[in-house]
Amino acid sequence: MMMWLREQFGGFTATYRRELGAYFATPMAYVFLAVFLLALGVFTWEASRFFDTGSADLAPFFVWHPWLYMIFLPALAMRLWADERSAGTDELLLSLPLGMPGLVLGKLLAAWTVAGVGLALTAPMWVTVNVLGSPDNAAIMLTYLVSFLMAGAYLSIGAAISALTGSQVTAFVISVVIAFVFTAAGWPLVLSGVKSVFGTGGAELVASFSFLTQFEGAQRGVLELRAVVFFLGFTAFWATLNGLWATRQRLG
Amino acid sequence: MLDIQRLEKSFGAKHAVRGVSFRLEKGTVLGFLGPNGAGKSTTMRMIAGVLEPDSGDALIDGKSILSNRREAQRALGYLPEGAPLYEDMTPPEFLVFMASARGMNGIARKNGVERAIADARISTVCDQRIGSLSKGYRRRVGLAGAILHDPPVLLLDEPTDGLDPNQKRAVRALIARMAPHKAILISTHTLTEVPAMCTRAIVVDRGMVIADDTPEALARQSEDGTLEGAFTRLTDQAEAESA
Repeated sequence: MMMWLREQFGGFTATYRRELGAYFATPMAYVFLAVFLLALGVFTWEASRFFDTGSADLAPFFVWHPWLYMIFLPALAMRLWADERSAGTDELLLSLPLGMPGLVLGKLLAAWTVAGVGLALTAPMWVTVNVLGSPDNAAIMLTYLVSFLMAGAYLSIGAAISALTGSQVTAFVISVVIAFVFTAAGWPLVLSGVKSVFGTGGAELVASFSFLTQFEGAQRGVLELRAVVFFLGFTAFWATLNGLWATRQRLG
Repeated sequence: MLDIQRLEKSFGAKHAVRGVSFRLEKGTVLGFLGPNGAGKSTTMRMIAGVLEPDSGDALIDGKSILSNRREAQRALGYLPEGAPLYEDMTPPEFLVFMASARGMNGIARKNGVERAIADARISTVCDQRIGSLSKGYRRRVGLAGAILHDPPVLLLDEPTDGLDPNQKRAVRALIARMAPHKAILISTHTLTEVPAMCTRAIVVDRGMVIADDTPEALARQSEDGTLEGAFTRLTDQAEAESA
């Protein structure tokens, strides 16, 4: 059993280090972090009027997370496999005695780490609300954690599609569309449409697959096991697809 | 050391490799020759475990690339066509990654990387990113990655392609130094370097082995006594037969 695990996940550390290094060796990670933080700031202050809500919490900040992840995280994940294929290094990778699970997780976690750094760099917001009032810090911590899990779910879509298409631009566009479907499924506008066609049960089913719905409880500071399981399961599902699509390469 | 058994591969309607078989012993440097599109790279990719064959098998140091892929890949050093590399890394970073991916750690990794850098003569470019290196140096970095773990079998797809005469000589010298301890398969279409580098040559055309002999014996088969003459005659013949 231990042997088998070591075989499957062998190369995880090497892959993780290499991918994380690749993000920071090029301007990629810095550009991503700068633009992501800028966008998050603009939406929080300009669209949600952070200072005008009159309450010391981060609700006007967290509400934008799913929507910004939907655009930004596919951009972070698109290079993971497509870049290997365009540079021909996938051939090098496939000739190494590595396990596919280790490769998939190494790449996904490297991107996830960059997203985590982005999230950590929003800490000044958290400090600000603490200066202005006395927010429920435990609730904010929890929202951050679930948001981080949600980021992994978005990244797993991008990584899998990157392995499927082999082109960064195509991977980005398709990933955003898929991410949009899973985000907007919980949008009242979409749900009322679904309800009128499939009834309340159908609408509930669709909503339960939506990131907006799953993230809702966490935004209120409520820890829902359902949401944690959803995001982790969702990530595992797409990571599996990722592995299958990357293995397909061997068939020619 | 290397035992290739009736490898077959089709891509859609194109039958790229049709039952290629040969054996390679330690101490042999085999030149794998053939016109472009003859199936050389496809065969090498199947041996390296990058591509799954439709049928047939390749045993590397006795381990099947199909049923025991990781063990077989551990015994193999592979330089893919065009020497693809991670351009954002420096040569030592790249080699450390390759070593770690092969499960080498600590002292073994450090020694392996240092030895590969010395053998491939790339110590002068160690602080440059691979993306900024010349074609010759990139090829040598790729070669360093292939010999890093001192594998018993080496698979080099056009290792001297695009190198200047001095670099070619350096690569040939490196191969000659390693030859007594390894089985080496080199694909090339620079026929002039085959007699200097290889002890045996296989010519493939349309996915089939059409000749297997020493370079000298192959050259004798042609009217003008050169390997090039023999190559032209053999591949023309294959073309005429299939037409």
